[in-house]
Amino acid sequence: MAAVMPAAGRDRLLMSGNEAVARAVWEAGTKVAAGYPGTPATEMLESLSAYPDLYTEWSVNEKVSLEVAIGASMMGSRAFSAMKHVGLNVASDALMTLTLTGVEGGLVIAVADDVGMSSSQNEQDSRHWGRFAHVPILEPADSQEAYDMCRYAFELSEEFQVPVILRLTSRICHVKGLVKVGERIERKTTGFNRNAERWVMVPGHAKRRIPLMLEREQELKRLSDETPLNVLERGSDRRVGFITSGPAYMHVRETFPEAPVLKLGLSYPWPLAKAYELEEMVDTVVVVEEVEPLLETELKAAGIAVQGKAFLPRIGELAPEVVKPAVERLLRKEAVPAPESAVALPPLFPRPPTLCASCPHMGVYYTLSQLKNLTISGDIGCYTLGAGHPWNSLDSTICMGASMGIALGMDKGRGEADKNKRIVAVIGDSTFMHMGMQGLLDITWNRGNVTILLLDNGTVGMTGGQNTPANGRDIHGQGAPRIDFPRLVEALGVKKERIHVVDPYQLPVLFKTLRDETKIDDVSVIITDRPCVLIEEFKPFKPYVVEEDKCTGCGNCVEVGCPAIHVTRRDKVVKPSGKEVDLAFTRIDSIACTGCGLCVQPCAPEAIIHFEPAGRVVSIQPV
Amino acid sequence: MTYETTNILVCGIGGQGVMTATEILSEAAIAEGHDVKKTEVAGMSQRGGVVTSHLRFGKKVLSPQIAPGTADVLLGFEAAEALRWAHFLKPGAMALVNDARMVPPVVELGLFKYPDDPIGDMRARGVRTVSFDAATIARDLGDLRLGNTVMLGAIADQLPFSADVLLACVVKRFERKGEKVVEMNRKAFAAGRAAAAQAATPANA
Repeated sequence: MAAVMPAAGRDRLLMSGNEAVARAVWEAGTKVAAGYPGTPATEMLESLSAYPDLYTEWSVNEKVSLEVAIGASMMGSRAFSAMKHVGLNVASDALMTLTLTGVEGGLVIAVADDVGMSSSQNEQDSRHWGRFAHVPILEPADSQEAYDMCRYAFELSEEFQVPVILRLTSRICHVKGLVKVGERIERKTTGFNRNAERWVMVPGHAKRRIPLMLEREQELKRLSDETPLNVLERGSDRRVGFITSGPAYMHVRETFPEAPVLKLGLSYPWPLAKAYELEEMVDTVVVVEEVEPLLETELKAAGIAVQGKAFLPRIGELAPEVVKPAVERLLRKEAVPAPESAVALPPLFPRPPTLCASCPHMGVYYTLSQLKNLTISGDIGCYTLGAGHPWNSLDSTICMGASMGIALGMDKGRGEADKNKRIVAVIGDSTFMHMGMQGLLDITWNRGNVTILLLDNGTVGMTGGQNTPANGRDIHGQGAPRIDFPRLVEALGVKKERIHVVDPYQLPVLFKTLRDETKIDDVSVIITDRPCVLIEEFKPFKPYVVEEDKCTGCGNCVEVGCPAIHVTRRDKVVKPSGKEVDLAFTRIDSIACTGCGLCVQPCAPEAIIHFEPAGRVVSIQPV
Repeated sequence: MTYETTNILVCGIGGQGVMTATEILSEAAIAEGHDVKKTEVAGMSQRGGVVTSHLRFGKKVLSPQIAPGTADVLLGFEAAEALRWAHFLKPGAMALVNDARMVPPVVELGLFKYPDDPIGDMRARGVRTVSFDAATIARDLGDLRLGNTVMLGAIADQLPFSADVLLACVVKRFERKGEKVVEMNRKAFAAGRAAAAQAATPANA
């Protein structure tokens, strides 16, 4: 992704919220920016990496990324850390004490909530961190505001010596709008001031910082009622007034153009005086907030009789088509239960995301689906798609790296009913380095009986192919030390003879290795080593076709789950035993096929052949 | 204060170029001096999932999202996807649809059914539907990748500004790749326009 770097004063630029934040971080004179990829946050660091004169990195996880930013701030430099909502859970250990030390150079944490859950395991509301960590929350409503607020966030951070959270949602990160940008400022680093009472958070020091933190929060409360970021738009239709923030503000403004609206830009601490003013002005105050009834609860506690989640949905985006009918019902005083979610789609087949043609994970899941008696603990990444059709080969997914500890817990917690089950954990390379390594160490140390599939495809696939220590490239694509997985897992306590590196396109080898290792009562690690098809290391092979006259309709190739395989005709036959069998005759879309050969191997009549005489294709024989 | 906007919904499947096409449409609206917002849900979309891209432009745009029943035109890169989002159109508004059928694995596995005639279903719902085969048009011009420009040509006469504004943005995109590529894209754009115009004649629509 190319950064947008024209000089200020030009026409406004079409920028996503993520790109606008990146531009603002760069302009603010920031010296260090770190993050971990995660939808919808990824493009902030990706854009920033193309700007000059600042250090950027993909960190191995969000906690490390925030710690890198903290270190830079201690040195007196401006620093930035970006992550998705669940990433801040990981980084929160650092955050909860950073709020005590405070910052030296301005430190901004951009956290992107996946409201609507396009690509996440939960829909948590990051605004909670404001109250929990006693830090201010800024909430832009579009790209221009994302840029403006991010610039301001660094000033706010330095004025109050506080880390500032810039709370974004998908509908900010991935919406493009016109942005007027400025120039980068030159900012001198102030230097590290050695001060143990400030930076060494032992109990005695921390106790003295807590009152300072609370005092700072009081000052921020005063600021919240004064700042132009919290603006009361007075409107003319006084039946309903709204309190809202972020993209929900745009939806409300669009839907009720004449209504008074208290728009929150600095949403924590909330501006109580302005909320009272709105209450005086209108018949009913409605809080429109994505996702949790956070402000609603606080305002009710402050004695303001607001309406909110009793009639607005508590999950998903509060788009105009959601807000409008809900408020109209409220105005008519109809008792209507809160809708479950936004809008129902017309009845049509679903089109869930699926593994790409030639995806190396496909061979793994096809093999897992053919093995019996497994309980499979999964993880976060493209390979979570293994839970879907046709493989149905994941039994749990919780959070980054959880496949390890959960597998061990399944092993230790099993009862009579599961005593013959083989416990398998599936984890990708980046997720393993993010938070899986410690889990593996726990398994070896505590003598667990788990077979681990470490799917090394050399990238963070799900978020678009970011570099990792597994492919030996840094955020700029420059050469960097490359991690050696067999040596790493051996160092974590796995016996050398229990470590196997397997080509996931070689189904017989994968099948045998997996079957053998699951039978052994010990920790095994099977590493697959084919690259993601979306990165430059992947070299397509020659495509295959189905020989129509040889295809018997067995449907085995369909069970592989490749999106390039299509059914041309269905039929039924009655076997001599009297059993009716469904037949599916197939073809291969030769434009989508990249010739991995996975479908060739289960094809009983050997009807799948190369489109043209094979070149450098690895010959794979069926079992 | 209420603002009038033009709402264009572009839909298809991850990897088809929906987001790029909408980006070029956005550039054309910006060239005409409009405020613009463009939104899509990305993330898992490149894994063959559903992709929609919303483009809204006008004097000032507030919400980036097009509400159901408010789209002025629908550009569908795939037949069933166009049907999936047809309810976003205003009554009587037009859908321009590539009639390609892209069948996902869940249908191939026999778990769900792909509609027999999604274009016919749209017409039955009262949507003015113009359909054409963008892939064949592109292939006849010598490169499947021209399909995206064919789609843009198809929508060019349904915009509140001249088709030349959009064509200029397409040309700008490919300028760096040389005159030959630009010329191919000009042809693809013209072919898309012609296909949509022909399909829209009363005898075909």
